[in-house]
Amino acid sequence: MGLDFSVIPKYLDIVLIGALWTIAITLGAAVVSFFGGIFLAIVALYAPAFVRWPFRVFSFLFLGTPLLLQLFLIYFGLVQIGIDVPAFVAGVVGLGLHFAVYNSELFQTSILAVDKGQTEAARTLGLSRMQALRTVVIPQAVRDVIPPIGNNMIALLKDSALVSVIGVSELTLSAQRAIGSTYRPFEFYVLVAAIYYIINLGMEAVLRRVERRIQASR
Amino acid sequence: MSDQKPFIDIRHAQKSFGTLEVLKDISLQVDRGQIVAIIGPSGSGKSTLLRAINDLDPLTGGEVWLEDKQINKTLPHRQYEKHINEVRQEIGMVFQHFNLFPHLKVRENVTLAPKMLKGLSDDDANALAEEQLTKVGMIERIDYYPSQLSGGQKQRVAIARALAMKPKVMLFDEATSALDPELVEEVNLVMKKLAEEHMTMIIVTHEMSFAESVCDRVLFMDQGVVVEEGPPEVIFRNPKSERTQHFLRNHLAAAG
Repeated sequence: MGLDFSVIPKYLDIVLIGALWTIAITLGAAVVSFFGGIFLAIVALYAPAFVRWPFRVFSFLFLGTPLLLQLFLIYFGLVQIGIDVPAFVAGVVGLGLHFAVYNSELFQTSILAVDKGQTEAARTLGLSRMQALRTVVIPQAVRDVIPPIGNNMIALLKDSALVSVIGVSELTLSAQRAIGSTYRPFEFYVLVAAIYYIINLGMEAVLRRVERRIQASR
Repeated sequence: MSDQKPFIDIRHAQKSFGTLEVLKDISLQVDRGQIVAIIGPSGSGKSTLLRAINDLDPLTGGEVWLEDKQINKTLPHRQYEKHINEVRQEIGMVFQHFNLFPHLKVRENVTLAPKMLKGLSDDDANALAEEQLTKVGMIERIDYYPSQLSGGQKQRVAIARALAMKPKVMLFDEATSALDPELVEEVNLVMKKLAEEHMTMIIVTHEMSFAESVCDRVLFMDQGVVVEEGPPEVIFRNPKSERTQHFLRNHLAAAG
């Protein structure tokens, strides 16, 4: 049985819709992981101990357990205690929080790396600690950390395939459905790999643009 | 000195880092409109004293007053924060390394605090920025980023940023020490202009000729104490203390 790529056009719409879901999940989770990461970093650095510790335990759990397990827990587990989350939301939240923990580590480092003179200058103008953090420190910390955060976003895109296990018809699951009807795994997996790669290129292009823009303000 | 209450009153300032005592019972009164230079070798405590005025380096003993307000009050955390943020709005500070906000354009550097703290509208804030930047001769660079400016230009913007809060006093912490020699003059000119407008200023500096031409009083500090103070012509031409003489001689020799 040779390869036959002619089966693809018939199933292309399913696969492309899957690709759109993958993009939607990735964007949603990217936003959650970005702002969640900043939030976790601020908590880790500045919150009083009784707030910091619960978040530390939370972060440790997210870092120390498989993402797959976390998705199962959010989607299948929470129902038992009365929290019924749609699969898409569970995927975005699970993926987003998982990467928020990774991003938090990056943000913490970059917040601490912002020159102390910046905070001093803001404080001598009369800004409060939080105002200085929000308008002076965080924007610079974020700017400095865009390249490694970008790498995390690309890892996030790839890990979005895991969301297929809780039944979101994203790219990987759509491919499996097409394969189920055609028995042509190689053709569809190659196609899907190409689509992931294209989305990846798109993300990298966006990241490069962002990096170029922030270069101006260095 | 006049018989009214001093504008800035530092009483028995004392500061230790662990066992190291960097300020040893320093008292200093500055009247409104006065310009005071603090000179001395590095490590003499002059920057620490300056930074104690807005409580950036809190004293371990003594009091700092601005008019009828004590600056370094002991208060519960929240109340202290509110108090110090209000006080700092009245005290402008200029740093050796400018500390402009690199992610903001010149205009936004100047408007940030007035907008946030005084609730100025965009229009009012812009007008304010234009006014202050014109004063320091930087209006043409209003839409530049700090990274696109020379050191002297950065420092002039930093001065405009501080002035935009309409402070009652300006503190200069070695404002020209990080500049290339040819850029010092443009910053000095701005400071002279402020002097002509009777801005109260306390200036930590290594620029002896500038201090002599602009200041009403000069303090010479060494090892955490004020060794000698007086009018610039006395301190620079006719210092009584041997340590002052020694310092000035070395300084002149170093400056060539």
